[in-house]
Amino acid sequence: MSDKKNKNVNSAVAEEEVQKPTRAEKKAAKKAAKERLKKVLAARKNGEKLIADNYNGTSMIQTVNLKKKFDDHEVLKGIDEHVDKGEVVVVIGPSGSGKSTFLRCLNLLEEPTDGEVIIDGELMNEPGVDINAMRQKMGMVFQQFNLFPHLTIMENVILAPVKLGKMSKEDAIQKGTELLAKVGLADRADNYPSQLSGGQKQRVAIARALEMDPEIMLFDEPTSALDPEMVGEVLDVMKELAASGMTMVVVTHEMGFAREVGTRLLFIDEGVVAESGDPKDVFAHPQNERTKQFLSKVL
Amino acid sequence: MSGFSSVISLLAGQAGISAPQWLVDWWAEVCHTFYRCFIKEDRWKMLRDGVVVTIEISLIAAVLGVIIGLLIALCNLSKNKFLRGIGKVYTDIIRGTPSVTQLMIIYFVIFAQVMWPKAIIAAIAFGINSGAYVSEIIRAGILSIDKGQTEAGRSLGLSSGMTMRLVVIPQAIKNIFPALCNEFITLIKETAIVGYVGLVDIQKAGDFIKSATYEAFMPLIGTAIIYFIIIKVLTLALGLYEKSLRKSEQR
Repeated sequence: MSDKKNKNVNSAVAEEEVQKPTRAEKKAAKKAAKERLKKVLAARKNGEKLIADNYNGTSMIQTVNLKKKFDDHEVLKGIDEHVDKGEVVVVIGPSGSGKSTFLRCLNLLEEPTDGEVIIDGELMNEPGVDINAMRQKMGMVFQQFNLFPHLTIMENVILAPVKLGKMSKEDAIQKGTELLAKVGLADRADNYPSQLSGGQKQRVAIARALEMDPEIMLFDEPTSALDPEMVGEVLDVMKELAASGMTMVVVTHEMGFAREVGTRLLFIDEGVVAESGDPKDVFAHPQNERTKQFLSKVL
Repeated sequence: MSGFSSVISLLAGQAGISAPQWLVDWWAEVCHTFYRCFIKEDRWKMLRDGVVVTIEISLIAAVLGVIIGLLIALCNLSKNKFLRGIGKVYTDIIRGTPSVTQLMIIYFVIFAQVMWPKAIIAAIAFGINSGAYVSEIIRAGILSIDKGQTEAGRSLGLSSGMTMRLVVIPQAIKNIFPALCNEFITLIKETAIVGYVGLVDIQKAGDFIKSATYEAFMPLIGTAIIYFIIIKVLTLALGLYEKSLRKSEQR
């Protein structure tokens, strides 16, 4: 028995350079993971909040060394970022840079390969976490709208809160009517998505996300699939939302929106944040060479 | 009876020509055979009872098939390795053996000691068989729904079960329906093998008439026509339902 232990210790010394986890280390890691899972599930049952070790104390969204690999292709190479309450963070970058992947990691539509996603102080990408509860605090608007075609507009908007028991149907319809009026579509509540234009569909999608009363709104290239005439009506809704104090993370190519509404700009290139800062500053005086190249093409 | 067989001569008389003898004889022969196969000794009642048996078994098997098919489809789509294993084994075995063999195994081996009505056991066998094919139809239908729909549902905070139930499956039904109708039709015709376990359905009734009268043509044509009418009526009814499902696609 002691021989085996010695062998493990020796191989640990020998393999330290190679950085391969030894049998003992793997066993310890498994045990630690089990303990951690127990802790997470217990906290979840008691309704307690388990604060992440790396939490910076203030941000609504925080990523620590966020990495994402698809098969052999590393799309995100370690992103340390944070989004505070009330910020409108606009994410720009060339296609394939990982900006959409970064956004989708924030509500775990993509599972990070490494690193941490901390929402409201809690670590989100570990086993045992109530992902659904977390997603109810975050609304997402997609490039392809993703409205439910088999339901009417009003049914689309009230589906989630009613089925999740957050609101009675009457309350949900009342709130839905208000939200649809806010986005300018109160009279279309009984139509089907197939009867609406792209811009209208996207505005419904925004209303649908807002019906859940989220603390954060994520936008994944919300206007990229729209005809140019309709881009403005959607951006107007987003501007109003920002003005009302909503915390937003927007991946977009609309530089005008970034300059007018964004409180912070992130330029993501080849999986890392190449530059960040106030949009007006970054547009006027880009520091990074790649940023200069990119902006010269789009501005 | 003689009234029918003299139809040709009558028609010819009306037209003012004399009917050729071979035609008159042929028609008389047809009428006589028809009488022997269906009217004599109330043989048509055997066919009528056979229709009841066929429809009974098909209906029960269809419902059972959809239930099993849905469960197995969800198993095959699951992230759980064990469930996926169950699904795969089920579809492999059922699709890999003839339904006749399955019917006989279920009837003579599995249910050998169980004293349930023959028709129920047969319906269970066909339901199990149909379930494997229906599961693939349902799985294909679910996979054909755009991933964005699931993402939208999940990002609203709906669980994966709720997303499947409220968002994906209602949309998948429209895509599944035509293939499912196809499977129902196949099922009805598959039940024609229940004669192997001693049940009298349309096919077996036709067989009885064939062996009683030594006529092959008339009973078999009658059997085929009866199946055709049942399936045609079903196809029309299902077609109307499919139209109503596509209502929300109108612009």
